[in-house]
Amino acid sequence: MSVLFIVVPLAVLLAAGGVLAFAWAARTGQFDDVDTPAERMLHDE
Amino acid sequence: MVADATRVQAPAPARGLGRGPVLCRHCNLVVPPGLINSSRADQFCCHGCQTAYSIIHTCRLERYYELRQQLDDRAPAPGTDRTYNDFDDDTFRRLHTRQIGPLIRCELFLHGVHCSACLWLIERLPRMVKGLVEARLDLRRGIVDLAWDDRVVRLSQIVRTLASIGYPPQPARDRKSRAHRVAEDRRQLVRLAAAGAIAANVMLFALALYAGIFDAMEPAHRTMFRWLSMVLTVLSLAWPGAVFFKSSWVAIRTRTPHIDVPIAFALAAGGLWSVFTTIKGSGEIYFDTVSVLVFALLAGRFFQSRQQRASADDVELLFSLTPSSARRVEGDATRDVPIESLQPGDLVQVLAGDSLPCDGEVDSGDSLIDESRPVRVTPGDRVAAGTLNMSAELFVRVQTVGEATRVGQLMRLVADGAQRKAPIVRFADVVGAWFTLGMLALAEFTFGLWLWLEPRHAVDHAVALLVVTCPCALGLATPIVITIATGRAARRGMLIKGGDVIQCLSTPGVMILDKTGTLTTGGLALVAWHGDDSVRALVHAVESTSSHPVAKALARDLSDPSATPLCLARTNQVLGCGIEAVAAGRRVVIGSLSFVSALARVTLEHADLARRWAAEGITPILVAVDGVSVALAALGDGIRPEARATLDELRRRGWQLRIASGDHQDVVTRVGSALGFTLEDCLGGLSPEAKLALVERTKASLDPRSGRRLVMVGDGVNDAAALAAADVGIAVHGGAEASLAACDVYLSRPGIGSVLELLDGCARSMNVIRRNLWISLFYNTIAAGIAVAGLLNPLIAAIVMPISSLSALAVSLKSRTFADQRSQPVLHPGSRP
Repeated sequence: MSVLFIVVPLAVLLAAGGVLAFAWAARTGQFDDVDTPAERMLHDE
Repeated sequence: MVADATRVQAPAPARGLGRGPVLCRHCNLVVPPGLINSSRADQFCCHGCQTAYSIIHTCRLERYYELRQQLDDRAPAPGTDRTYNDFDDDTFRRLHTRQIGPLIRCELFLHGVHCSACLWLIERLPRMVKGLVEARLDLRRGIVDLAWDDRVVRLSQIVRTLASIGYPPQPARDRKSRAHRVAEDRRQLVRLAAAGAIAANVMLFALALYAGIFDAMEPAHRTMFRWLSMVLTVLSLAWPGAVFFKSSWVAIRTRTPHIDVPIAFALAAGGLWSVFTTIKGSGEIYFDTVSVLVFALLAGRFFQSRQQRASADDVELLFSLTPSSARRVEGDATRDVPIESLQPGDLVQVLAGDSLPCDGEVDSGDSLIDESRPVRVTPGDRVAAGTLNMSAELFVRVQTVGEATRVGQLMRLVADGAQRKAPIVRFADVVGAWFTLGMLALAEFTFGLWLWLEPRHAVDHAVALLVVTCPCALGLATPIVITIATGRAARRGMLIKGGDVIQCLSTPGVMILDKTGTLTTGGLALVAWHGDDSVRALVHAVESTSSHPVAKALARDLSDPSATPLCLARTNQVLGCGIEAVAAGRRVVIGSLSFVSALARVTLEHADLARRWAAEGITPILVAVDGVSVALAALGDGIRPEARATLDELRRRGWQLRIASGDHQDVVTRVGSALGFTLEDCLGGLSPEAKLALVERTKASLDPRSGRRLVMVGDGVNDAAALAAADVGIAVHGGAEASLAACDVYLSRPGIGSVLELLDGCARSMNVIRRNLWISLFYNTIAAGIAVAGLLNPLIAAIVMPISSLSALAVSLKSRTFADQRSQPVLHPGSRP
């Protein structure tokens, strides 16, 4: 079961990666307007 | 806009003639018979619609009409033909645009954006205007972000195209503060995400640890999970959770009770004790509880602030839609310039129907200015910014602009009033503060008790108590109730800008009402008729020929659809006095007492009545036929149909009502007595400063502990400062921009009918909040009992606390606060259907 000592911290690191990616997305304004893109993608021809 | 009744709901594909009503190709409204041109395939109800259609058609963007029919049946606005030259002015560029690389960008509020088809059409704007590189629309806020090449196209050209396809734009004001708000929104979102990720991971570790209790976990694994939980939770407290510590530190320093203080205590206690036991290697840890708490509280706050932001955005949009340009005379021509670039000494042209952009002196022209009632101005008269030019073109010499104008000074008073507004000690905060004190005392007691009984477990039990009794319902359920309530209120046309409003309006207090536009319709209306009824048709026929506001009001209120139209032979109008005409073979003179008595014999009875009415503040209009006065009409500010019923209901509920108006005392007394006010509650002749003083005096006389608050209801520029100073300022539909900026609640339906609905919704929301507190109190009492008895193990704590929060949450979500439908009619006993 000593594999846990590697796998669990790795999982935490992955989660940290997710949070950082989200922080980057939010800071570049990708969540500023969440309504319009949903409509826009229906139109693209 | 044409009334809804004339609109055909289903978009009829057949546009041919002779089959049912003919519909406009652009807006789907019925085309008036006179405008039908049988040689054309497409019919239009007005020139604006035709222009809009031809632009859309030429650019091969007809798919707009298909999209619109699928998605929405609301009609688009017809185009306008403003020049928008002021958008090219240097001042405008400096204030509203920014240069990025070779392109210039600008954000504009668009009026009339409401559906997916609008989005499609507006984002295809670059196909219509050469040189425009990008147009991106934020559908919910109605803001378009434009990027264009300045060497190819000018902004005014882009904007004219936007306006001509039915989306008149206005510059988005306050770019800096909006950028600041967007940045804060983003930070909040990142904090929420971090707290959520940490909470989820720590919960997983906690599950493993709980499973390990029954399943003989290896001590090394146990230690790893405990240490990892600790690292993550400390991170959660130090980064997203820091907001609670910051705000409770401010609350402690300023000695104001705040909901964050008990939360910060619970978080700190749970966190520190768990860190201690982790390092020690034995004892319970509460990292899962602490990190989930941080996430849940942040989530509650996030949703609440988003909802209130949406309401504030809507109000800001209205605010931006007020005119911001002036027509400056330069040599022989006029040019549209932004108000900001006007200088004292400039000459501006003000068309009939426009509002005045500056304080100044009339240079030439002869017109009526709306200052709660029409006032005639001639060269040499002073006029004030923000008032409306009603009847004819005026040229005005600018004297003061911007901050220095009367409106500007009022706006400064508004800002001061908003600053002076004392923070309201919220109900939940008070309960929270007492709750914390009680729990801290109880924890102390538990500690003492167990120190005496069994010293080894004393700290353990005390901390368990603090964690399990954390006021979750206060911290999470209260914001959620407020969020749902403000969201529903917004859909019903009541925009609530602050959370305090709901508590303030839930108990009756003192309400000060403005008269003009709030209790009355704000325009001229026929309020009395004395004499021969048979001449009404005659008066209607004569007055229909004039565009004077008095004549318009008479023509409107005397119109009788069953009467046959009369034939007019000759009319002669004397501005500010009256009108003389020959109709149906009879000589008719209509006008003021002096005008009519010069041209006809006025009976003593009529002259007396006219003088009495004038003294009461209503305008008497004499009617003479064939040289003798036969009737007397009185024009005044008509009382809104729903006003009496609404006010009676408010009084029945225990509200104390007063009228405060800038109009003459006699006018106010007349309206007030018709609405059931006593003489001392009708205050007239108040300047904006006097209204502000009245609000502050009344507010000071109320006992803050009684829960009675001062509510101000108004709409005009002169109410703005009072609205800002009151505990709750309610601006009603059609309000001036200053009052929009100052109010806490904006009612988008005219009149005070929706005030009752607002009060009902607030009272119900407060009941739900109270119920939540009782539920959480019930759970916490039981949990505290178990904790004091020393029977609480982490498993029970982990189950009991979320149950308390979840049940409070379920109750909040199911509760009826504001009615949930968008179009349900509000009926009051006195209102017309």
